[in-house]
Amino acid sequence: MTARMTASMTASKTARETARKITPTPLTIDALTKVYGDVTALRDVSFSAAPGRVTGFLGPNGAGKTSTLRILLGLNRATAGDALVDGLRYRDLVSPAHRVGGSLSSDVFHPARSGRNHLLTIAIAAGIERARVDAVLEQVGLTDAGHRAVGGYSLGMRQRLGLASALLGDPDALVLDEPINGLDPDGIRWMRGLLRALAAEGRTVLLSSHVLSEVQQTVDDVVVIRHGRIVFDGTLSTLEAGTARVRVGAADSAGLADALTRAGATVERGDRGLRVCGIDVVRTGEVARDAGIALTHLSDEADGLESVFLALTADEGSAA
Amino acid sequence: MTARVAGATPRARAIAVGMGLTRSTAAEFVKVFSLKSWWLLALIMVIYVGLTAAGLAFFFSDVGAQLTGTASGAPAPRLDPVVTANLVYSSVTAVGLVIPLLFGALLATTEYRHGTLTPTVLAQPRRGLVLTAKGIVAALMGAVYGIVGLIGSVGFGAPVLAVLGEPTSLGEPEVTAVLLRTVVATALWSLLGLGLGALLTSQIAAIVIVLAFTQFVEPILRLVANVWEWSASLGRFLPGSATDALVGSGILSSMSALDPSVPSASVDALLWWQGGLVLAALVTVLLLAASLTTLRRDVE
Repeated sequence: MTARMTASMTASKTARETARKITPTPLTIDALTKVYGDVTALRDVSFSAAPGRVTGFLGPNGAGKTSTLRILLGLNRATAGDALVDGLRYRDLVSPAHRVGGSLSSDVFHPARSGRNHLLTIAIAAGIERARVDAVLEQVGLTDAGHRAVGGYSLGMRQRLGLASALLGDPDALVLDEPINGLDPDGIRWMRGLLRALAAEGRTVLLSSHVLSEVQQTVDDVVVIRHGRIVFDGTLSTLEAGTARVRVGAADSAGLADALTRAGATVERGDRGLRVCGIDVVRTGEVARDAGIALTHLSDEADGLESVFLALTADEGSAA
Repeated sequence: MTARVAGATPRARAIAVGMGLTRSTAAEFVKVFSLKSWWLLALIMVIYVGLTAAGLAFFFSDVGAQLTGTASGAPAPRLDPVVTANLVYSSVTAVGLVIPLLFGALLATTEYRHGTLTPTVLAQPRRGLVLTAKGIVAALMGAVYGIVGLIGSVGFGAPVLAVLGEPTSLGEPEVTAVLLRTVVATALWSLLGLGLGALLTSQIAAIVIVLAFTQFVEPILRLVANVWEWSASLGRFLPGSATDALVGSGILSSMSALDPSVPSASVDALLWWQGGLVLAALVTVLLLAASLTTLRRDVE
C-alpha cells in the first residue's frame, strides 16, 4: 500500500523531470473497414482522439475495439480506410515508438524472460536509450519485480509492464487496450492518476474498455462502438446530459404526460409511472405543480450513464 | 525533429533501414541470451556429438575393427586415416544438425507462441527488417553451434583415436576443410529452421516436423533413394545429402563403403559448393515464402 503510493508519487515526479516538448499528436480513424473472412468486424469507423485529452473507446467485447487499435498501430491491415498517427500510418512514422506507445494485450511476454529484459529488447529495437528501461519500471512501480521472470507476474503486474513498454519511448500519444483489466482498486486509482497526468502534459491518450464505469472518472471524450459501428462520439458530459432521466408517478398519468411533453420532455410510459428524459427532476416537479397534478412518486435515476451506455451497446431486440 | 518524413530522401531512408537492422539484430541477440534454451541446446550439442564421435572413433580403430570383425565373422573394412578422421569429426553434421535447425525454428515460432511478435513489430514495424535481423542471428548462432559441435567431435573423437593408436589427422588440409565447412553447414541449417518456423508459425508443428524429418524421414529416404539410379540422382538434393556433399564427409554417404551389402546406385555426388548452393536455395525459398505469406498476416 505504502510502497504503491510512493511509487505513484515517484511516477509523477519522474514524469515531470523527463517532461519534454510534446508534439500534439492526434490519432485519427478515418472510414475504417475490416473484414475477416466473411465477418465484417469494422464498418466505416471514424473518430479521433485529441492531444491533451483522454479518450475512452468503449464497447462490448467483440465490438471491434481491439481490431481498430491494432490497425492503428500497424499490426493488422485495414480492408479499407485509414488509421493515422499525426497524419501518418504507424509504419511510415520515422521513430514510431517515440510518437505513439501501445500496449494491446497483457499476453505478449515470454514467461521465462524477466520484465526488465523484455523492456530492454523493445528499447534496443526501437532505438530508445537504455536508461528509459529503469525509468519506466520505476514509473509503473515494478522496480523490484523487474529482474523476475514474467511467468510469475500477476495480471495486474503484466498490465503495468505493458504500460511500461508503451511509455518506453516517452511518446506523444498512448494507445492502451483494456489497461484497467485485472487491476485492483488501488491499481485502478493509480492508473487513473497516471493517465490524467500524461494527458495534462499534452499527450493524446486513447484507451479501450468494455465497462464505462471503470473509465468514467478517467476519460474526457467517449467513443462507443457496437457491432463494428460507432454509435456515440462526444464528450463524457454530452453522454451524461443525454442520460438525465426522471421517474415520476401521478394518479392522472395521462395529464402529467401531456404537461411534460408540452414542457419539452420525452415521456415513456413504464409499469410504474412515467420515465422522463430531457428535463431534470426539479423541472419535472415544477411542471407537475404548474399543471396542478399531485404526484405519487418522483425520483432521479442517478445511474443513468451506465444504462445509456448499456442501451447504446445492447442489441436492438433488448434495447427497449 | 518532428517526424513527418515519410517522403524522405532515399539516402535518409537507407540510413533508417540500416540503423533499424542494426538495432533489431542487437535486440534479437538480447532475446536469445535472456533465455536458457540457447545454451541448453549447446550443451546437448557438445555431449550428443561428442559421444557419437567417440563411438565412431572406437568403431573405426584397429581395436574396434577386431571386435566388430570377430562378431560378424568378416574383418571390418579399413578406411584411409583421413577418411576415418573426417567421419569422426563430421559427427556434427551426421547427428547434430537437428540442434541448429531447432534453434532457428524456435527463433521464429517463439514470437508466435508467446505473443511477443506484437511488441517486436511495434518496436520495428518493417517486418522484412525483423526477419532479416533474425536471419543474421540465426546464421551467426548456427555457426556457433557448429563450433560447439566441433568442440564435441574433435574434443571427444581425437583423444579416442589417439589412445587407440590411430592418427588424428588434425592439420591435414582435407580435415581442416571439413571442419570449416561444418560451420557453414550448421549456419545454413539454422537458417533452414528459421525459414521453416517463420512459414509454419506453430511451435509444436515446427518441433514435430524438425524431429521427425531429421531423425526418421530423411535418413530413410536417403537409404531408399540409393537403391535405384533415378532416385539416387534426386536423393542427392535432399538437405542431408547436400550437407554431406558440402562438408565432404558423412556416415550415410559412406554407408556402402563401410558395408558392401548396403545398396548403392552409382551417381556422382554433388560437389561441395553444389551442396552448399542446394541448401542456400532451400533457405531462400523458405524465407521468401514466409515473407510473402505469414509475415504479411495480421499479428494476432
